[in-house]
Amino acid sequence: MIIRRYGHFPAVLHMESACCAGFITLPQAFGTNIALISRQDDSLISIREVYKVSQKLTSKELLNQLTQKHYADAKAAKERGDLVAWSTSIAPQEFCEAMGIEVLYPENHAAAIGAKGGAIPLLQQAEGSGYSLDICSYARINLGYLETLDCCFENIPLPDLIICCNNICNTLLKWYENIARELNVPMIMIDVPYNYEYEVSQERVDYIKGQFEEAIRQLEEICARPFDYRRFEEVMKISSEAAKTWKSAMDKAALVPSPLNGFNIFNYMALIVCMRGKPESIELFKLVAEELDELYHNGQSQFPAREEYRIMWEGIACWPYLSHTFKTLKDYGVNLVGSTYPGAWTLLYEANDLDGMARAYSGVMNNSNLKKQVDLRTTIIEECKCDGAVYHLNRSCKLMDFMQYELQRQVLNITGAPFVVFDGDQTDPRNFAKAQYDTRIQALVEMMAERKKLQEGK
Amino acid sequence: MDRLYTLLEEIIDIAGHPAQVVRQYKEESGQKAIGCLPVYCPEEIVHASGCLPVGMWGGQTTLSQSNRYFPAFACSVMQSVMEFALNGVYNDLEAAIIPAPCDTLKSLGQDWITAVPAVKPIHIVHPQMSRIPAGVRYMETELEHVKNEMEKITGVKISDEAINRSIDIYNDYRRTMRNFTDLAAKYPHIIRPRLRHIIIKAAYFAEKERYASIIKEVLAELNQQAPQEWPGKKIILSGIMAEPESLLDLFEEYGLAVVGDDLAQESRQFRTDAPEGENPLARLAEQWALRDCCSLVYDPEKKRGQMLINMVKDREADAIVICMMKFCDPEEFDYPIIKKEVEAAGIPLLYLEIDQQMQSLEQARTRIQGFSEILMSLPNRTK
Repeated sequence: MIIRRYGHFPAVLHMESACCAGFITLPQAFGTNIALISRQDDSLISIREVYKVSQKLTSKELLNQLTQKHYADAKAAKERGDLVAWSTSIAPQEFCEAMGIEVLYPENHAAAIGAKGGAIPLLQQAEGSGYSLDICSYARINLGYLETLDCCFENIPLPDLIICCNNICNTLLKWYENIARELNVPMIMIDVPYNYEYEVSQERVDYIKGQFEEAIRQLEEICARPFDYRRFEEVMKISSEAAKTWKSAMDKAALVPSPLNGFNIFNYMALIVCMRGKPESIELFKLVAEELDELYHNGQSQFPAREEYRIMWEGIACWPYLSHTFKTLKDYGVNLVGSTYPGAWTLLYEANDLDGMARAYSGVMNNSNLKKQVDLRTTIIEECKCDGAVYHLNRSCKLMDFMQYELQRQVLNITGAPFVVFDGDQTDPRNFAKAQYDTRIQALVEMMAERKKLQEGK
Repeated sequence: MDRLYTLLEEIIDIAGHPAQVVRQYKEESGQKAIGCLPVYCPEEIVHASGCLPVGMWGGQTTLSQSNRYFPAFACSVMQSVMEFALNGVYNDLEAAIIPAPCDTLKSLGQDWITAVPAVKPIHIVHPQMSRIPAGVRYMETELEHVKNEMEKITGVKISDEAINRSIDIYNDYRRTMRNFTDLAAKYPHIIRPRLRHIIIKAAYFAEKERYASIIKEVLAELNQQAPQEWPGKKIILSGIMAEPESLLDLFEEYGLAVVGDDLAQESRQFRTDAPEGENPLARLAEQWALRDCCSLVYDPEKKRGQMLINMVKDREADAIVICMMKFCDPEEFDYPIIKKEVEAAGIPLLYLEIDQQMQSLEQARTRIQGFSEILMSLPNRTK
């Protein structure tokens, strides 16, 4: 078998093959067909132990395999007559995982469809049913898919239950209400009140814990068996470990020059969303971290150009234009090293600490007050040594947009790092203009160059 | 009839001059005024503190400053609230209670901190899982927070008795307004769409005990009038609001009487009473748990469509008009399901886009005129 190390691919090639959030089904990497550790396994056996006796995969190959496995497992479960759930991207998956329910993530699915250029027919389907063009395009893609059950990417099975946590927006709550109603399936709602205070208050923690109990009660009813607390504890351990590993891999972006091509964060993200309760994700992110270390020590990087400038990217990617948005930056030697995504899935808590778990799910970026959001960006810009920032005014995400102007002003005030804003959309290709994006990036580069000159002159 | 007109003039005066009403209240009572943003605020706590709760539902204005905080695709109510705030229109208010039932209001509540330093924000986040015990308990803590903030503002402790008394006053006001909408449906030739809206809206700027007594008198006067058969058609309005007011005149112009509503600014405000009890915050938390059929209240069963169908039957209406607040996600998500159900029930439905800053009503006119013509060609719905 041919072994190829990741890191030497031309990044554009890499982008194009893996430019889909869901890592579009690729042929099994180089003919390997290693049985991955099964979810039912009790212990945290390193899957790389398995690989050592055969061959070591690159992180990219592993990522593709795991993504394939994710969709295949859900399909197989459905065919067996087992339960399949749909979940929002930062919902406490621990509960379903503990009950052995396969979970699919419509946001991931929609992003992959968008990246693969298949958004329009589904968007139009939803719009034809009365969904406004102003509604989040992930939601429109998914609600369109509910009707067509066909898309350009993996066709996912319909859920037997859905789980929604509104810690990233309230749009999810409305979207999932509609799925519940259209499919007549039970909905588990974890309502995480917006934190107008800097920290998550104990009152909110208690409310969320009360809902965890309610979720367990609902799951026992849906599954017709008692909740598996032993397995729950293991899943909590795995999830927390996965979060730590994810963070430590993503932290490599801060190295100068960065061994990470920040656009790959968008790709890695797909897996931390859908597999963070499974040991495979820990192995993947360990592998990513190792590769990044190796690249760094060899003076190499995933980023295929000389890193002239480092930026923070605010917001979700423009999936339909991932390649274009990347190339424009790359041509100016601009590497995306700062992102709020690494923090979004750094859900840290100790096993059996339900308070901690509630706090982790509640304290995510989108659910934080403006002050905390400003601090978060300021920290990213400072720690990742960003020269500037690109703000995506994402037509789909009102929560991110309607605080963004004030956020920009405050972050600029503290960091002095220049920024630009472009109009776009996570998956509706009709809401993005290449020319506007390119002009804005050009302006940012000029500002960063000017600032660098001034700083060097000091 | 003279008395009725005098009362109505008084109401129109209140609705037309909120700033004056607020200033007058402050001067006469020596108390403060507190803003209440959409959609649901615990006004009873403000009332119990002696302050005047004042509704803040935007209005027609020219947007020139709000774009420092909002891009163009924010809903027009929040745009105009922000515009008014930045222009100092709310500076007579001591504070503003800002709930967070949607992403736009969450953002506005945070932007407010720097944008409007003159008016202190009091944040409240209602639980969406309001019916489980943990939800009720959490809601009580949020109400406690509002109470504490009000005590800081007035410097006076608010007793349980005072809040209970205020809740009773508000329950009476709510009942009275429900009676009003019931009776108004029988007198569409007197209570025209714009007037109906103004009578409901004026309550946002008035002391509720005083306002309820005015409305009770209106009801008594109305009862003395002879009901008349409405020659046109009858409609139910659903959505966040049906402003600008000139839009309501179009319904009248094309023979459409508003006989009921499911508007957040109108009936949703007084649909649900607080239950009896001793602990006032528990009563308010339970009231929140009882709220239903609103786009801002979690409902995986989506009962709103069926509620509208029932309302059409109860009020003997001919059609439903969805007043779709432009860029309002929660309403936009409810619409496709309502549409499907209402159409399946054979009830004509008009989708009307609402923007408080609408400069021209010509598009709305065409739609309302067309809809009216269709309705007029149909026989009256079987009662």
